[in-house]
This record gives sequence, C-alpha cells and structure tokens, in this order.
Amino acid sequence: MTLPPGVKATLVVGLEIHVQLRTATKLFCGCEVRFGAPPNSLTCPVCLGHPGTLPVMNREALRCAVKTAMALGCRVLPRTKWDRKSYWYPDLPKNYQISQYDLPVGLEGAIEIPRGDGTAKTVRIRRVHLEEDAGKNLHDDPEVTLVDLNRTGTPLLEIVTEPDIASAEEAGALARELQRIVRYMGVADADMQKGHMRFEPNINCIIEKDGAEARTPIVEVKNLNSFKALEAAVAFEFERQAAAYLADPAYTIERCGKENRGWDDAALRTLVQRHKEEAHEYRYFPDPDLVPYEWTAEELGELAREAPELPQARRRRLARELGIGEGDALLIVEDRATGDLFEAAVAAGTCPKTLAKHFINIWTRLANDAGVAIAGLGLGAGALAELARIQADGTVSATAAQQIAEAMAKSPEPPRALAARMGLLQLSDRAAILPFVKDAIAANAKAAADYRAGGKKSAKSLGFLQGQAMRLSGGRANPAVIAALLKEELGPPAG
Amino acid sequence: MAEPISRAEVEATARLARILLSEEEIAGFTSQLGSILAYMETLNELDTTDVEPLAHVLPLKNVLRPDEVRPSIGADLAVREAPDATNGFFRVPKVLGEGGGA
Ligand SMILES: [Zn+2]
Repeated sequence: MTLPPGVKATLVVGLEIHVQLRTATKLFCGCEVRFGAPPNSLTCPVCLGHPGTLPVMNREALRCAVKTAMALGCRVLPRTKWDRKSYWYPDLPKNYQISQYDLPVGLEGAIEIPRGDGTAKTVRIRRVHLEEDAGKNLHDDPEVTLVDLNRTGTPLLEIVTEPDIASAEEAGALARELQRIVRYMGVADADMQKGHMRFEPNINCIIEKDGAEARTPIVEVKNLNSFKALEAAVAFEFERQAAAYLADPAYTIERCGKENRGWDDAALRTLVQRHKEEAHEYRYFPDPDLVPYEWTAEELGELAREAPELPQARRRRLARELGIGEGDALLIVEDRATGDLFEAAVAAGTCPKTLAKHFINIWTRLANDAGVAIAGLGLGAGALAELARIQADGTVSATAAQQIAEAMAKSPEPPRALAARMGLLQLSDRAAILPFVKDAIAANAKAAADYRAGGKKSAKSLGFLQGQAMRLSGGRANPAVIAALLKEELGPPAG
Repeated sequence: MAEPISRAEVEATARLARILLSEEEIAGFTSQLGSILAYMETLNELDTTDVEPLAHVLPLKNVLRPDEVRPSIGADLAVREAPDATNGFFRVPKVLGEGGGA
C-alpha cells in the first residue's frame, strides 16, 4: 500500500470462524446432515421450529466441540449451557438461534500459524462455542424469497480469535491451519466447496500521522467462504480504511463505531450492509428447553487421550528427528493420511531426506494431476521407501526416479523391477564406466587440454567432458563416478 | 424511585421485537411493564451474594442423545401447513439484506 510520507498504517484483524462439525445428525434433532438433498426433505418439527417441540443435544457434536477446544489449548469450562439469540430471518424459523453466551465450551486458547521457515506466529483464541446453523434463503426471484431448511440446525463450531492477526496472509494461513487441525482431529470435513468453513474477519487499522494515533472503525465482513475471499477481503479493507481515514479524519472508531460489510466476490470489494445490532440487542437468555452439561474429570481425560498428534507438533518432530526442513514438513503433514504414509515409508527403511524430496517434487505433482492427496494415489509405503532408497544409494538417478514414479502410479511392479525393465538402472561400476570416460577424453582433446591448463576454463571443460561421457553411456552412468574417473584420467590441472 | 422503564425503552423493545405499537399502546405498556418491574424489584431485597445464578429451573443436567439418524418428515409434510410454498420450498415475502448470518 502506498501511503503519504510520514504516515504509518497497521492492520488489526480478529477472526470469527464457523466450522461445520462432522456428525450424522443435526445439533438438536435426528434429521440427517447431508449436502445437496431436495429442499426441506431433511426436516422435522424440531428444526422447523414448531411450537411445543423439544430440542435434545447431540452427544457427538458436544464431544467434537470439546476436543477441538482442547486442541486449541482452551480452558474447557466444567459447566456449559445453551442460550437463545434473537434472529429475524426465515432461515431460522424459531426467531432465535440456539447458541452459547456466557458459558461456552472453551475459553482462552491459542493457535500457532507456521510461516514456512521454521518460525510460527501465535494468535490467541478468545472462545470456542457450539451453535446451530441457519437454513438457506434463495433470492433468485425478485418478488419472493424461497426458504430451504435442510441446513437449519446443523452443528457449527464458532471459533473467535483475539485481534492478533496483522496481515491478509496471516489470516489465510490461520484459516488453513485450522482446516488441517479439524481434519486431523476428524471432527470436520472442512470442505470449502460445501460451505463447511465460513469466515467473518473484524478489521480495522491504527494510523499514525503527525505524531498522533487514530483507529478506523471496526468493519465486520460477513460470510466469506473461501481462503482467497478471506485474504482478498482483509487486504481490500486495509487499503479502503486507510484511504478513507486520510480523506476524512473523522473516519474513526470513536465517531463511526462498528460497521458491517458484505463481500462481492466478482468485483473483489466489500459493500456496506445493515448496521450491526449491539451485543445486548441480541437479547441472549438461557434456553429453557435445554439443560446444562457438566463434565466429569474422567470424561475430559478420556477426550484428551483421543487427541491425535496435531500438524504443528508433527512438523516439529519430523524436523527434529529426520532433519527435514519445516517448509518441506509443512507439505508432508498437509493431511493426516499423507503424513502417516510418509512415516510408514520412513519406518520401512529409506533415506528420509530423499523421500521428503520425492513427496515435495514428485508425489505432490502426481497427486495434483490425479486430483487426490498423496495418500490417495494408492501406493504402498514400502514402494515409496524403495524408490527413495534406490535413488539415495545411486542405483537410479534423480531423473530416472521421476520416470519410475510415473510408472509406479500405473503399475503394481516394485520400483527396482520397473527401473530394470525401463533400462533406468544407473551404472556405478567403475570398470564399466571407464571406457566412456576414456572415449570422451580421446574425442575431445581440446577440452582435455583446457582442463589440464587450469585457470578459468578448467571447471567448464570438466563439465563438458562429464556431459560427453554421460551421453556415451546413454545417460545411465552415475555422474559422481564419471566425475571421479575423469579427474583420475586427466590428472590435476596446472596452477 | 425513578420510573422502572422509560417510554424510549418500550419503543426500543418494540423495535427489536419487530412489532408496531400505537401511541396509546406505548403509553399503556410503559405503565404496565413499569408495575411488573416494580413488583419484581421486591426480589432485590434478598441477599443473593452466595447464590449461583440459575440457568434452569429443573434439577436436570447432561441430557444428550446419540448421533443416530431418525426419519425426517419429508418435504411435502414440512411445507404443507405453510401459508405459501412452491416446489418444496417455503415461499415468504422478499427478505431484504442477506439473512443467513447465523
Ligand atoms: Zn429436524
């Protein structure tokens, strides 16, 4: 962003994230949770909001919520309860949303966002609570609104961060890390295409100008449903708010308070929306239809023991135990099954660093081409381990390993057999390679002389001769053995 | 003692509840709600320093159900009692703004 000289703008962002939990049924009734069913086919008197019906809490949703709160380092409240929050749209026909106000599932946690260079940024989590989703209002018809209540009552976990995020990239990185965490935990599919994760950033700026400090109004951008939209909306608001303040110094939080804006995904800009109701105007009060839940220490201990190793811990461990860079580890632990496959291959006996390179350079590409995760390629840990092993010990070259990998995706043959059949076994035998080296020297007397003369041309000439010997071998000779033999045959350069 | 509820508070409450009150109704509710609140004030004479706030009047807790699918009632029945419906959707007056902000 270009600012006038002497002006400094700092971005301040907090995130509210809704994650749809992976349960078979809705939060308070036995209706199935399923995407894409015919309108209103997954409804019952409870989720339709009929008078006289009684909601009953879904045990699995509550357990998923607590497990996630624990994974985010939250203090799990020993007693949690449900409250009604006033709501005025037909996609929640009760006229209120069942949510949690003063006794949420968890409070005061933190999430670490990897930066990719081994360092991480910590963002504090304010609270984690459960609530029911609304249905869908369809606005296609200019005269009426059509309402589908299939989604009404779907369990959502709302995660609220403190305003510790300082850039659009950090906002995106946090969202992606949270997606990995809930998938590792198995508490959510977090499928963006199905609207399983939705973001509402609260954004403002601190502007320093002429030794004074001003804060722009806090803008909440509603219902962003992709990482890209989240990043773009935060970046757009940063520019817009700074420019708005510089154009009009009355554009401050003191004068303008809070503002709600929507996101136009086509125009890539935010638009003014209705004014935010003050918190107390939601008129929260305890839901008389639902009773509180009190955890025993045994229950909480059992849920804590169910927690898997989370992506950040796994990255650190791989970096520490195997010497894999944290940037590389980031990709390897992207999803739990791929991380498991990597570790199984390491356990089968291989060179972990070569294996890591294969994951990053070869397997990721093949998986992307096939539209799956690496674990979805259907390859066994033993085969992956063998390919890395035969490259590391010089049986095949790095280039040959790529070709073998492509063949492995289509054939059940083990890598070594494939290499033999495809004529990709690398020659490492000195006696076998020596004739190529001798022929290369004989056919290129000038290059040999240039090398022996030393000086500037020396290294270049050696490289040339190496290439010639490699060509004579049909590309099969081990380059390290060629280099060693060339040096022996040519003798040391002058100087 | 000051008025337990002001005219402005009654108007604000009506706005939040999305109901339109006439001048007479506002005056009537201000006085009626005022006497109800004044009556409730009696409770404040009790010392509740060591009493846990009550979330529920029933001596119940920890009521959960297993996460097992039960039959839904189907779209036809769901919309049958609605004033207006089309193709399985509820049909309602145009909603202004986004809604769905749950
Ligand atoms: Zn239902």
